Amino acid sequence: MQGVLPEVFIVGAAECDLGVTNKSILELQGQAVTRALADAGLSTRDVDGIATNGISRFSATQLADYLGIVPSFTDSSFAGGSSFEIYVARAVEALRSGQCTTVVISFASNQRSAKSRSLGGVIEHHTPEAQFETPFGPLFPLSYYAMAAQRYLHEVPHGRAALSEVAISAREWALLNPAAFRYGTKSLTPADIERADLISSPLTNADCCLVTDGGGAIVLTTKVVDKKRAVKVIGYGEATTNTSMTSVDDLMVTGAVESGKRAFAMAGITPQDIDVVEVYDSFTITVLLTLEALGFAPRGGAAELMLSGKTRPGGSFPLNTSGGGLSYCHPGQYGILLLIEAVRQLRGECGERQVPHAKRALAHGTGGIFSTHATVILEKAS
Amino acid sequence: MTFPYLPIEDSISAPYWEGTRAEELRLQKCVACSKFQHYPRALCSHCGHTNLEWQKVSGQGIIDSWTEVMRAPQEGFEAPYIIARVRLAEGPIMLSRIDVSSSEVSCDQPVVLKWQHLSDGRALPLFVPVGG
Repeated sequence: MQGVLPEVFIVGAAECDLGVTNKSILELQGQAVTRALADAGLSTRDVDGIATNGISRFSATQLADYLGIVPSFTDSSFAGGSSFEIYVARAVEALRSGQCTTVVISFASNQRSAKSRSLGGVIEHHTPEAQFETPFGPLFPLSYYAMAAQRYLHEVPHGRAALSEVAISAREWALLNPAAFRYGTKSLTPADIERADLISSPLTNADCCLVTDGGGAIVLTTKVVDKKRAVKVIGYGEATTNTSMTSVDDLMVTGAVESGKRAFAMAGITPQDIDVVEVYDSFTITVLLTLEALGFAPRGGAAELMLSGKTRPGGSFPLNTSGGGLSYCHPGQYGILLLIEAVRQLRGECGERQVPHAKRALAHGTGGIFSTHATVILEKAS
Repeated sequence: MTFPYLPIEDSISAPYWEGTRAEELRLQKCVACSKFQHYPRALCSHCGHTNLEWQKVSGQGIIDSWTEVMRAPQEGFEAPYIIARVRLAEGPIMLSRIDVSSSEVSCDQPVVLKWQHLSDGRALPLFVPVGG
């Protein structure tokens, strides 16, 4: 980034309880924030910036009140799962301009305990989508991802095997992560995925992410006490594309093309310089199209990359090392957990699933129906 | 097939829905740039001009992509059924259903319009394979 601007670091990162918690959203938020601050050696008294959503209509305000603080910077932008990568960009700007000194980005959901998720999604009757799409009965967001996958299978040889490998690879990582929902289970085979119940063809139940409680928080500041554990934000980019299922002309090309380009340009590096890749895996197809959009593979080339086996533990392209939304945790908006895993990998805290010598990590969030895309590139501070 | 959701129209979309009563698929066309758009808006999503006219379109298209929905999203829908992105000959893509079984559907297949009436007299545009 520009030499004259102060550098911004992530100095704390933590999950709240994951899985099935039977706790309220705000209790989980409280866990996430206090644990991330403790990890940073800070307290709520140090926090003057908050970015969060999914609590209530006034989410950041609600959390500020709950924490008992009066922040000078808040953001409750709602962009689905990529919101948290977007918040990193907002936080960096706010910290650099001096609007605040310490920002907490957090999220928590109790969707599994509360059974608050429905296959049809939330219908907002006044929107064009309710008028021109809801009458036909798509599952939301699943049917849109299913149509993207159908197109992928139409254009790319071995597409179905590649989709399955996304889930298989994620499971292998989850088996190394004691916090993962599927930890202690077993490896997946292509048959496990392809013979699971079809939900919206060609996607089966096993192509879909988990529905769990969970969340977490990260702490950003320009002042670093412990440089060994700090992680520097060196690039970010975003692109917002659509709410309608019919606005995007080519289902094979997502907004991650632009968000990735912007993030890599800011960081002054290329995809080859990334050691650990954490991308949103709401569905198996999300990963294939995102890897291609970010430049890790050409159009249709993510299939070959997946089928090479390089993304599994020990491989040369470590991908979704927590086990991902498919096998670790997916609390409805997964973006905060991508950032937390990226930070932990760069710190070298990941135990059995640690990627050796990881210096740079990429976290990419995808919200809605391939609607919002945000890429963050992180680097070890020392 | 059941269609339990009755869309709430507004002053911008009223001509679209009025057209469906006469089994006419009408889309907005921009007077400035001559491009069609769907869904209807107060402005042209291609060039930003606000001078738009309604035109009846051909009802010809191709399936950009499709999915067979195996579980109902809400009460009243009866799965399975096929939804699709249909690329109309005039340019815009619209969401619809393909009224055949999944073994007869594929991407890039030509399709043609047919109408499905709703309980209130309006109709939804569905598609079937050409010659099917």
